[in-house]
Parts: sequence; C-alpha cells; structure tokens
Amino acid sequence: MSRFGFRLEPRSYLPKWLPWAVPVGSFLAALLVGAIVLFATGQNALSVYGRILDRAFLSEGAFTGTLISATPLLFTGLCAAVAFRIGFFNIGGEGQFVMGAIFGSGIALKLGVDAPGIVSVAAMVVFGAVGGGLWGLIPGILKARFRTNEIITSLMLNYVAAVIATYLIFDSNSFWRELTGSGAVFPKGKILPTGSWWPNLDFGSIVVPFGFVLGMVIAAWLYVLQRKTRFGFEMRVVGGAPTTARYAGMKPARIVVAVAALSGALAGIGGAADIGNFRHVLDPKGLQQSGFGYAGIVVAALARLNPVAVVFVAVLLGGITNAGYALRGPDFPSGLVGVLQGLILFCTLGGEVLARYRITRSVRTPMNASALESA
Amino acid sequence: MKAATAPAVAAFHVTKKFPGVIANEDVTFDVRVGEVHALLGENGAGKTTLSNILTGLYRPDEGWMEVAGIAVDFQSPRDAIHAGIGMVHQHFRLIPTFSVAENIALGTGHDPVGGRFDLKMIEERVVEISESFDLPVDPRAKIWQLSVGEQQRVEIIKVLYRDARVLIFDEPTAVLSPLESERLGATLQTMARSGRSIVFISHKLGEVASIADRVTVLRHGRSVQTTSENDVSALASLMVGRDVESVTRSSRAIAESSSRVGAVVLEIENLHAVGDRGLKALEGVSLDVRSGEIVGVAGVAGNGQRELVEILAGLRRAGSGSIRVEGESLENGSTRHPIRLGVSYVPQDRMGTGLAPDLTIAENMALKNFRRPPVARPPFIRQSVIDAQGRDLMEQFDVRAPSETTPTRRLSGGNVQKVLLAREMSGDPRVLVIASPSQGLDVGAVATVHRLLIDAAESGVGVLLVSEDLDEVLALSNRIAVMYEGRILDTFDRADADAQRIGLLMGGQLDVSA
Repeated sequence: MSRFGFRLEPRSYLPKWLPWAVPVGSFLAALLVGAIVLFATGQNALSVYGRILDRAFLSEGAFTGTLISATPLLFTGLCAAVAFRIGFFNIGGEGQFVMGAIFGSGIALKLGVDAPGIVSVAAMVVFGAVGGGLWGLIPGILKARFRTNEIITSLMLNYVAAVIATYLIFDSNSFWRELTGSGAVFPKGKILPTGSWWPNLDFGSIVVPFGFVLGMVIAAWLYVLQRKTRFGFEMRVVGGAPTTARYAGMKPARIVVAVAALSGALAGIGGAADIGNFRHVLDPKGLQQSGFGYAGIVVAALARLNPVAVVFVAVLLGGITNAGYALRGPDFPSGLVGVLQGLILFCTLGGEVLARYRITRSVRTPMNASALESA
Repeated sequence: MKAATAPAVAAFHVTKKFPGVIANEDVTFDVRVGEVHALLGENGAGKTTLSNILTGLYRPDEGWMEVAGIAVDFQSPRDAIHAGIGMVHQHFRLIPTFSVAENIALGTGHDPVGGRFDLKMIEERVVEISESFDLPVDPRAKIWQLSVGEQQRVEIIKVLYRDARVLIFDEPTAVLSPLESERLGATLQTMARSGRSIVFISHKLGEVASIADRVTVLRHGRSVQTTSENDVSALASLMVGRDVESVTRSSRAIAESSSRVGAVVLEIENLHAVGDRGLKALEGVSLDVRSGEIVGVAGVAGNGQRELVEILAGLRRAGSGSIRVEGESLENGSTRHPIRLGVSYVPQDRMGTGLAPDLTIAENMALKNFRRPPVARPPFIRQSVIDAQGRDLMEQFDVRAPSETTPTRRLSGGNVQKVLLAREMSGDPRVLVIASPSQGLDVGAVATVHRLLIDAAESGVGVLLVSEDLDEVLALSNRIAVMYEGRILDTFDRADADAQRIGLLMGGQLDVSA
C-alpha cells in the first residue's frame, strides 16, 4: 500500500459526530453513484429519486406499503444487529426467518378456526421465535463448543431451511400443504384461518401492521437490554474483548449461545410476522425470492448495529423496495432497484473504514525506502 | 573462500534505538568460522534486537557489520540470506498443511507456487541434509503431523537448504524437552565442526556453558564481555551484573515490614500443569503468601510463571495440586471463584486480558463489581453509579485522562496500569497477583506502581509479584522465590538474597559447584 504513497492510519480520536455523519455521507455517496448508473441506463436520476420519494413515503397509501416492506427487514435487521454486536456473525437470518415462518404457520393451522385471534397471534409469535431460535442455536453451540466458523454454518443452514420449506409444500403431503381444491393439482400451502391473521392498526391515512409495532417494541427492549442490563454489559465486553470477559468472570461461550438463540428468535418472529400479517400461507418460493435475511445484514450495517436505528433504516430501505415495485415497468428494469440497494451497502461498508481509519500520505521511513529500492 | 582468519560475521559498535528505548547500544561481537557462539542475557537485554539486525530485519542506527571480513549493509532479510546468514526462529514459520519438503522449498526459487517445482529433487536434498546433521524428519510428512521438536528440525533444515554459513538460533531450547535439548546441542556442534558458525541465543547458563565455545554477555542492551568462560557462576554474575545493595526500597524498610506480616492468605501446594504446547509447565510448585508481605517470583520468562498466575486467576486449569485462599479451596478453572474469594489479578497483557479497550475507563473499573449492588440493581446496571465510581477511583489512583468516559484504548501505558490497579485494589482484595507490573512503563509510572504495591501490602494484602526484572523483585519483595522450568528452585528472605545466587538459580543452577 505504501508503494502508492497512501496508507490507512487508525484514528486515535473519533469526533462525536463522525459515527453518524459517515453513514449519512455514505448514503448520499450511494445516491450519487446511483445517479451515474441511472444516467448510463438512460434514466433521469432526479426524476427517479423524486418518484422513489413519492412512491415510498408521500403519495396516498405509500407509507403503509413502505411499512409492509419494512416489517421483515426490521426483524432480520435486529437479528443481525444483536449478533454482530458480540462478534457473532450470524448470516443465517434468512434460514431463521424461514424456520420462524414454518413454525408460526404450523401453530396457526394447528389451532385452527376455533381459537381466539389473540391466542393464535400470540402463539405464532412464540412459535416463530422458537423455530428461528433453534435454528440460530445450532451455529451458536457449534461455535461455543467446537469453535466452528459461524459464518459458514449459519449460511449453510439457510439452504437447509429453504429445502425444508420446499419439501413441506412441494415434495410431501405435509400438514402445511393444501391437498384439496386447486391444491390437489398445483402444490401450495394451506391458507391460515382468518382469525390468526395479524391485525393492522389503522391511524386514518396510515395503516400500521401489527408486526411492525411488535418490531418497534422489541427494538426498544433490545436497546434497554444492551445499554442498561448486566447481560448487556457482558455482551459489550464479550464483543470487544473475549479474553478480558473470561478474566472478569464472565462465560463468553454461554453468552455467545444465548445471543445466537436470541438473534435467531428475532428473525423467526419476523418470519411469523411475514406470514401472519401479509402472506397468510407458507410460500417457499416467495420467501426465497425476497431474501429478507440477507437484506437484514445491510439494515444492521447501516444502523451501526444500534437496534433503535434499525427501525429507521428498515423503513428507509423498505421505502426503496416499495417504490421499486411501483417503478418497475417496461422502461425501468427491476434489477436497477437491486443495484441501488447494493450501492448503498457498498458505500456504507466503505464508509465504515473511513470512520475508523484515515487516509494519509505515507511517510517513508528510511528502512522502507531502501527496502523498496532494493526490491 | 575469503581470508580464513576473518570472522564469519561481526558487528561493530551497533546501536539500535526504538521510541523511548535503546535496544542495543554500542554492541560489538564477532563469530568465528566453526564456532558455537552464545549470546547470553536476561529478557530485554537486547538479544533479539541484535539477531534481527544480523538477519537484516532491522538496520542499525549506528555501527556496521562485516561478513567474512567484508562490510555489509543489509537492506532486507533477503540480503542477509544471500550473505549466508539464516535464522531459526523461536516461533516457527511453517505452513501446517504443506509437507516438509514443500515448506523447505518455499521461497527458494523451487517455489511450489511459482512453478519450476521438482519435489523429488527437493526431497532428496532434504534427506541428504537430515542425514548428515542427524536431523531425522520425513520430507513427505505434513507439518501439522509433526511434534514441536520435529518442526524445529524442519526450520533448521530450511536454513541449511539455503546454504547458510551462519545459523542464528533464537532460544531454541525453549520449546524442547531436556532430552531434545541435549540432542540439539550435539547437532549444533556437528554443524560448527562442518565449518558453519552458530549463534546460540539463550539465558540458560548450563546449556550455554556446555555447548558454546565462546559467550558474549549482553546486559541492558550493551555487550558486557565476550569470554570463553564456561564456569556457570562467573557467567551468572556477568549476566545479572548488579550489586544487591543498590536497590530502592531499603533493606531496613523491608525487614520492618517483614515483622508485620500476618496469617497465610494464599497457599499453593504441589501444583502441576501443562502449557499451551502440551509440555509440562509446572512441576510441583508450592508457595505461601502471607497477609502484608510481597513475595517476588524471579525467573526468566517462559519458566512457568505465566501458567502459575493464569491458574491463580482461573484462566487456566491445573493438572493437579491445590490452591487455598484463606483456607478455602479454589475451584479449578473458574474465573469467578477467585474474584469472589478476593484474589485480584493484574495480568502482564494489560490491554488484551485486563481491559476491554473500547469500553470507558469507568466501565473497565466496574468489570469485577458490576454483578453486585450498588453497581447492579438486578437485572439492571446503574450507569450513573459506574461513572461515579470511575471518577472516584480515577482521582484516588491519579489516572490522567479527559474523563471517566474516555475509552481505555486511548490511555498511555502508565495510566492503563493505574486503571487496572485501581480496579484490582478496590473492593477489599485478600491476595493481589501481579505479573510484570512495570514492563513498558516509564520511570515515573514505575515508581507510582511500586508505591501502590507497597501500600497494598501495608494494608494487609498478600502480594504475589511475578517479574522478570530482578531489580524490581529485589526492590519490593519480603521473600523471593526463583522459578526455573516449572519448579521453584528455592525461596529465601530478602535479607538472605544474593544476586549471584539468584542469577545462578534463574539459569537453572542449584548451587555454585554445579
């Protein structure tokens, strides 16, 4: 690196505003690069951004659509944020989300039409959490016990979860599958009894899905957990300095397992919410296409792993997704929305480096200089 | 062949400074063709810096070097290799999944990555070298399958494969069993007789005396003397080279405090343990610490001190033996139990083990009492109490930082140590275990830390001070124990301490006649 005369130098002092200015700056940079891409594909960047703003937040019913898109991202974002905070890189939000959907829809179908709505909804939340939690527990235990790399194990479990969901609907006569009517010909899941459909809270012009409200409450709870409790204190020590945590009488392995389960449970509730609030049916293909688990990592990164910030970032990215549906058309390929989201992630993670390091002209020490000359 | 009388390699008036430290100052020494030349010195005497200069890793600030009588100026390690100087590192540089032959070939031009790779020819060469120097190793074995001793042989063959004429061994016996060490000694002499020159870095007096033809003693970065002396007691006083009377805490003060010591607070009995590499690290350590006294454990690093303190803190499990704190037995391998029993521990690796660098000073000071009221109001913690406690302790222990919410990673070494001591000495400890308390600190901070340790002892804490710095041990301790190869060779009162005897014990010599 020094060969080019520049190098990265860790910042010794972080100004208070910097941690917040960097993601905002990164987002603006992403819009700028996005404008170039849009220009290159023959779009008018300003009008596209204007339309995104309009369709995401301003026009009639737009914000409701945005909140619907934001709800799963909110949960998978919290899932990634809480795990990454202790250095447990759970990439398995996707699979944990699917397992939550399977467990959540399963209990709703089991309780059937006779159960009171409140019981069904509560049971879906609990079973969604259990399904996702168990799926998150696996890489957690493997890491704590055998020091396996959780990135690989959690990622691989995403595929396992996807195959299980596909099996339940397409390759077996499972409890989840509709076997009567058109379902006898075209494989599909049973529709959940309407009593178990999650309510929407109506505030006049804006309708807020119950799942989103639940997510906000959980985000606030997570904030308190991390900042105000003993467990949160231990999380912070384990995340930054595992050896020191052990030295101070903590049990890092236990904390890793607990947080892995918690993280999975959050994605699992997201899966249950997705079915309870919107799909009302276990739909393996739909789940796979949306890729909420991976998008959650973007959300968490943009929110700098702060659970409260996750709420806002989820709404922001939900808005872009929502507007993407509206923008899509003969002259606007759907892939462009993905490109914009990718640019945002790229710029944010790049910005993260700038927050921690600064670029300096390298001062060649005599030894470096001579080593270069002789090379 | 150049003039036969010129030394194989020589350094003249070499000085190397690092910010705040003079690692080598006016060092002069030469290695003759066909000799085993030992570099003897305590930790921090400048041995490693000197060998890094000889192998081109550092350039000296002053002075020059000659190889076979010709002045050289190494710009990089590659230049040193071309000049025929090879180093066998203490920490091996091998790729575990590659075979022996592949590791040896790496970087020689028969590079398996760079093409032109004739494995068969390389294997033949390896066998040839291993037979002629009695370094048995299977060229096709993968590194991860080999024992530590075998891996070291691979490192040696690697250097010989590059036709090194001068081989530098950095503490080669540190990782070996006594039998392996003996065998290595014979190999070194074989290599010397074949016309190569060996630089043998060690602090073990017995080895140096038996293997080396000549010895250069380094002390505080300077070359004290080069001698063909093989009398261990003479070498010991050269290495330690100090006068027992020139210490800071006066003998009278120590004697006075010794008269005030109380009951036994820490009893270590027949402790056995293995180290990270699976070799025996502790072999029957027994030691008592009484209330109000400072017990100094002297010894060169790597003789089991780290394992001992880590077991006391619960960070490592003991194989057998017992530890009692005020009569109560310490759970093996629990880090919380010693905290509950009042065992405080200031580790040598302050930032990596003692502190969470991203947390604030106040939070770090609460690391050991955040579970209990008043800091905790289960399940919550009270940030305001943490901060208030931090402010108090900062003032009490004179920690210099902008505020209690400053992350500890921004503190200087002296302040880091003060934060640690503040935490470990608050909360009424019974025993304070501290490892290398003044390592890397400036003179002022050292004095503060020493003052705090004496205060702790005077307030009735039993202090176990583990240090490689003999001056420090002599300056503070009421009693001194010397550790060598996992054993406590001897324990004596400060008044009976004799620097030469301690030096001998540190080098593994039980008595002068040995």
